[in-house]
Amino acid sequence: MSAELFSVFYQFADVFAFLILSAAGLAIVFGMMGVINMAHGEFIMCGAYVTVGLVNLGVPLPIAQILAALTAGIIGMIVEFLIVRRFYKRPLDSLLATWGLSLIVTQSMLLIVGSAVRGIGTPEGSFAIGGYTFSTYRLVLFFCAVAVLAGLYIIFMKTRFGVIARATMQNAAMAKALGARTGRIYSISFGIGTALAGLCGALYAPTMTLIPTMGATFVVESFVTVVIGGANVLLGTAPAAVFLAMIRMALNASYGQIIGQIGMLFAVILIIRVLPEGLSSVLVRRGR
Amino acid sequence: MNSGRIVGMALLGAMLGTAAIGATRAAEPPLKVGLLEDVSGDLAFMGMPKLHGSQLAVEEINKSGGILGRQIELIHLDPQGDNARYQEFGRRLLNRDKVDVLIGGITSASREALRPIVDRTTTPYFYTNQYEGGVCDASMVSMGAVPEQQFSTLIPWMVEKFGKKVYVIAADYNFGQISAEWNRKIMKDLGGEVVGEEFIPLGVSQFAQTIQNIQKAKPDWLLTINVGAAQDSFFEQAAAANLNLPMGSSIKIMLGFEHKRFKPPALNNMHATANWFEEIDTPEANDFKKRWHAKFPDELYINDMGYNAYNALYMYKALVEKAKSTKLEDMRKVIASGDACIDAPEGKVCIDPKSQHTSHRMRLISVGPKHEVTVEKDYGTIQPYWLGEIGCDLTKKNDKDQYTPSHLPSKS
Repeated sequence: MSAELFSVFYQFADVFAFLILSAAGLAIVFGMMGVINMAHGEFIMCGAYVTVGLVNLGVPLPIAQILAALTAGIIGMIVEFLIVRRFYKRPLDSLLATWGLSLIVTQSMLLIVGSAVRGIGTPEGSFAIGGYTFSTYRLVLFFCAVAVLAGLYIIFMKTRFGVIARATMQNAAMAKALGARTGRIYSISFGIGTALAGLCGALYAPTMTLIPTMGATFVVESFVTVVIGGANVLLGTAPAAVFLAMIRMALNASYGQIIGQIGMLFAVILIIRVLPEGLSSVLVRRGR
Repeated sequence: MNSGRIVGMALLGAMLGTAAIGATRAAEPPLKVGLLEDVSGDLAFMGMPKLHGSQLAVEEINKSGGILGRQIELIHLDPQGDNARYQEFGRRLLNRDKVDVLIGGITSASREALRPIVDRTTTPYFYTNQYEGGVCDASMVSMGAVPEQQFSTLIPWMVEKFGKKVYVIAADYNFGQISAEWNRKIMKDLGGEVVGEEFIPLGVSQFAQTIQNIQKAKPDWLLTINVGAAQDSFFEQAAAANLNLPMGSSIKIMLGFEHKRFKPPALNNMHATANWFEEIDTPEANDFKKRWHAKFPDELYINDMGYNAYNALYMYKALVEKAKSTKLEDMRKVIASGDACIDAPEGKVCIDPKSQHTSHRMRLISVGPKHEVTVEKDYGTIQPYWLGEIGCDLTKKNDKDQYTPSHLPSKS
């Protein structure tokens, strides 16, 4: 019995971690800044490739993963400076620009690195409960997801930067009038978002096949999590991931992956229909 | 590393150039070969060897005088794994470029998207992959292995060696569905039991739940017919969770070279039946591998698709030269005579007149903990007999249909 219970928790934690880690970066860039970043998957891919590259050079995996996230963050800030900055007032054009960027990046990676890269293997370690065996690394992913949520909360709710960032997102002109350097805030926020995307790729790199289009497997999940999370991303993303993870896990377990995927997307449609403002609107209303 | 596309374009340019020069010299225009292979998108890692195999064959044939004295002009387009683009490019090659033969397609979905378009023309079409079998269509010649060569050998062997309970994970499209149907039929004949079947949407990369479903069902072995880079993540995740079950497949190792792409021992205990894998150690095979690697030194693995693509051009050459014509009906007369054979690196292979599928020498291979490949059993040459047995006879009637164990020709 306890084996079954743990197995349910493990499966939930696994889907939850996937949703949170793939959505966290997008929650900042799309949810807070309003930039529809179609190149989100490519920042994830960047994190994965840098991780594998560094591990092949002999860097230990955790350090490689941190460096990969930082790399994605720095590239993100460069992209913000060169491209995204020009589109803050034109969200639909930003969609087109970042989509174009995503196409250029995937094709360039194909040309430069080739169609497939040899994987590095998941860190050793598995444990058995009842008749089941589990990979320890998947639990590490879950704790990383929780840590990312906690870190985001602290950065944006408890620090001076967070206060200014939220003020800038709400009313840039007013924030500027009060002395906030809004340009820098945008740049850093975008960098944090892409660093989190890179972290997602870095964490999943050992468990997946690396191909230039790998980001695409994360993109649908990340967008639906952020969208049903709603306007207040810091409040909405976690409950959205919990909700979607429960539905997907239950359906996956009873009816297999196809129904799991259909069911999750169906739930998304229902939520958007019933709560156009997303889950966070309910939470905010309760809070008042 | 090389880019297939740039190389392809450059090669194309070079060929067009030489063709233009050649045209002033010889009256005979070159034979146009249309090639549709994915060299970008999710299946690029499989499609790249197919392009390379075709380029190698074209180069060799052109060097030794071409086909009936005519040079070959290879026109390659990259449909990027998109079935709509397969149709668009297929029409372009057939109707605008007026190619003499069309070759290519990776997934069975792309082949079925192309086939109706080919059927409206009189152009021959070569499909160069192993697949789920059953296509009875006079316009199509199949160069790869089919279930009676792959599953009828592999599944009895797995049952005898590991046990009667199998769990299937399959990609959710026509290839996976029909292959799973083959497995059900063969397992039933053997008195075995399919304890679980899971179809995975293409692009899914997370398998924790699937791994637990497998452990719950307690199979003796797994049939893994999952497709594409995302779904291949299953092997890494299963190894990390210490699933540790014997596996069998019709597409792993020789086709997807997972043993080269994943860190050992993720593919330990995988089994497959193949007409080609790079580890074949015969003088003919070694000579072929040497020529390939000389031209493409960066190739990670010469997979069976790339090998079959290479053979397809030599088979086309044999058919055209025996028929002394590039017309499909004349080539089919050669096929009907049972005389359509070539000496391939695997040995002699022939086209079966009834089904227009190819005989193959099949071997059962296994992968060890260090990802070393061992030949477990050599079956010799196996004919593609199934379509002929159920009543497909292209020498008499063109069905233009795909049959499966549950969709047989109506008795007439």
